[in-house]
Amino acid sequence: MLKRFWPWFWFTVGAMYFLVPLYATFDFSLRARRGELSFAAYANVLNDIKFVESFWFSFQTALATIVISALVIVPTAYWVQLRLPRLRPVIEFFTLLPFVVPAVVLVFSLARTYSRTPLTDSREGLWVLLIGSYVILSFPYMYRAVDTGLRSINIHDLTEAAQSLGAGWFTILARVIFPNVYTALLSGAFITFAIVMGEFTIAALLAQPAFGPYMNRLASSRVYEPSALAIISFALTWAAIAAIQWIGQGAQARVAGPR
Amino acid sequence: MAFLELVNVRKSFGASVAVENFNLAVERGEFVSFLGPSGCGKTTTLRMVAGFEKPTAGRIVIDGVDVTDTPPNRRNIGMVFQSYALFPNMTVADNIGFGLKIARRPADEIRARVEELLRIIHMSEFGRRYPYQLSGGQQQRVALARALAIQPKLLLLDEPLSALDAKIRASLRQEIREIQRQLGITTIYVTHDQEEAMALSDRIVVMSRGRIEQIGTPFEVYNFPATRFVASFVGTLNLLQATVVDAAIGLVSVEGQSIRVARPLTQHRSGDAVSLALRPELIALDGQINSEVNRLSGTVEDVTFLGSIVRVRVRLSANKLHFDLFNNPQLRPPQPGSLITVQFAPEACLVLGEDASPAHPMSASAAQAA
Ligand SMILES: Nc1ncnc2c1ncn2[C@@H]1O[C@H](COP(=O)(O)OP(=O)(O)OP(=O)(O)O)[C@@H](O)[C@H]1O
Ligand SMILES: [Mg+2]
Repeated sequence: MLKRFWPWFWFTVGAMYFLVPLYATFDFSLRARRGELSFAAYANVLNDIKFVESFWFSFQTALATIVISALVIVPTAYWVQLRLPRLRPVIEFFTLLPFVVPAVVLVFSLARTYSRTPLTDSREGLWVLLIGSYVILSFPYMYRAVDTGLRSINIHDLTEAAQSLGAGWFTILARVIFPNVYTALLSGAFITFAIVMGEFTIAALLAQPAFGPYMNRLASSRVYEPSALAIISFALTWAAIAAIQWIGQGAQARVAGPR
Repeated sequence: MAFLELVNVRKSFGASVAVENFNLAVERGEFVSFLGPSGCGKTTTLRMVAGFEKPTAGRIVIDGVDVTDTPPNRRNIGMVFQSYALFPNMTVADNIGFGLKIARRPADEIRARVEELLRIIHMSEFGRRYPYQLSGGQQQRVALARALAIQPKLLLLDEPLSALDAKIRASLRQEIREIQRQLGITTIYVTHDQEEAMALSDRIVVMSRGRIEQIGTPFEVYNFPATRFVASFVGTLNLLQATVVDAAIGLVSVEGQSIRVARPLTQHRSGDAVSLALRPELIALDGQINSEVNRLSGTVEDVTFLGSIVRVRVRLSANKLHFDLFNNPQLRPPQPGSLITVQFAPEACLVLGEDASPAHPMSASAAQAA
């Protein structure tokens, strides 16, 4: 009996740690009108065109980040495992850099490096720079997820099998490697998505109309709406992740199995 | 000109040499095995034929075309791996059709060819399964079908059965051989299992430490080993320490007991230390062969009952000797500790030099037979 008690006890403590603030925020967000519980704050948030615009902007940015980092990282991780295994420690070191280099430093060095190029003197250019920064931020998560995924299949023999059947590198990547790391890629994508949706520093410094700066602005100017927004963004982020998962399900089911 | 030719092929990894002085000519439709212990360079040689490794020196010619510098995806060679290497994200049918899809064949043709191959490997109902839903033997059959689908010039198999259990291994190897005969496809089969190589091959290439020791039919390799290595690697063998008594008439002595071999020992002089090699199945209990025979006497040390065969170990004084008797319920097998005399024909004796040099009376006839 006691054996069952302690695991549950710690589980409950952990769950409360996450759920109580969430509940408190939710509860607070319902009290916009004095003396009654209402969704007034939610209505205010959802009626704000800035909310929709910034959320949509960050959503697109997140998708672009995921696609670009997948296109860069899968071939890289594949090649490193296949041909340059000795480079692996070096790459692993690189994956730690985004944790070590503060976002402020990252964005200033990028801005300096690319100043007076189309990347810094146009709206689109800055967006590209933003995505570039996010690709760097997501690098550790994406690389490690893909690297683990690649290790669970025998890329060496699969590559040679495909080659002997006439496939070139592009075909091998597109038809053999990508489909088989899809599941791993999805797990990296979820984290990337969550990071990009909430990111503040880089987006603010690049003056981008992103969701993070919007939340921040709202938090400093309103009382109940920020809480409502927190709950909404929490729900939307989860919904978006569920959607990615659902879209990926088809491909996922095909490679599932006891491996 | 042979269909596949390896000419003076050599491969080194840094300072270490994996394959050296490799010359081989394989005829169209032939089934050739590479046989040798682990690390002897079988896989490396096969991978050079496939194009996954580039020879350090030498040439590889397939069907009259020098492919030494051709990348693997342009060689049109079917490859089967020990690990099966089926694409986990594709069904059995898609796996088999992969090569044809790459070659942009029309969908109808692909479907027909896939069905044909599924029939050949007796797996017609499995087209829609995924690899993880198949047993190891089934996966390897699919891998074989996938390699054959592109109608390759050559079929290369690298220890395809090593991951399977003994029963399936025996039946699948027969199946591989039948399909190979049926399609008449030129095949190279890598194995370290001599029984597998014997059962399957038209010819066997016995390798050791990156070099070819002997090329010959299973019959030649087993009965007329060209080197000491081949003699001891292929089949089981008794090796007895002996001394040459009279090289001219082929007389040696094993612990003082005289043994006559079938031919003069041209490469030895009287007094040389040699090894006398004897296959266990060519030794019999004394009295069962009537012609002029060699005899050796010793003490029965151990008797092992192996079913159809009873293997007897005899100790002379310094040497040990195995031989086989057929199981016979009417006959009591020899008892450990008892004295025993065995006999064998002079033709059963191979004399091997102390070094690795080929030196036995049969090498002349082996060369003729080859
Ligand atoms: N990529 C490589 N780099 C360095 N050395 C290698 C490489 N591939 C093979 N070798 C070496 O070449 C030699 C021959 O290896 P190979 O794999 O051809 O042996 P094998 O006969 O196939 O053995 P096994 O029966 O164990 O598969 C070995 O000594 C091996 O260590
Ligand atoms: Mg090998």
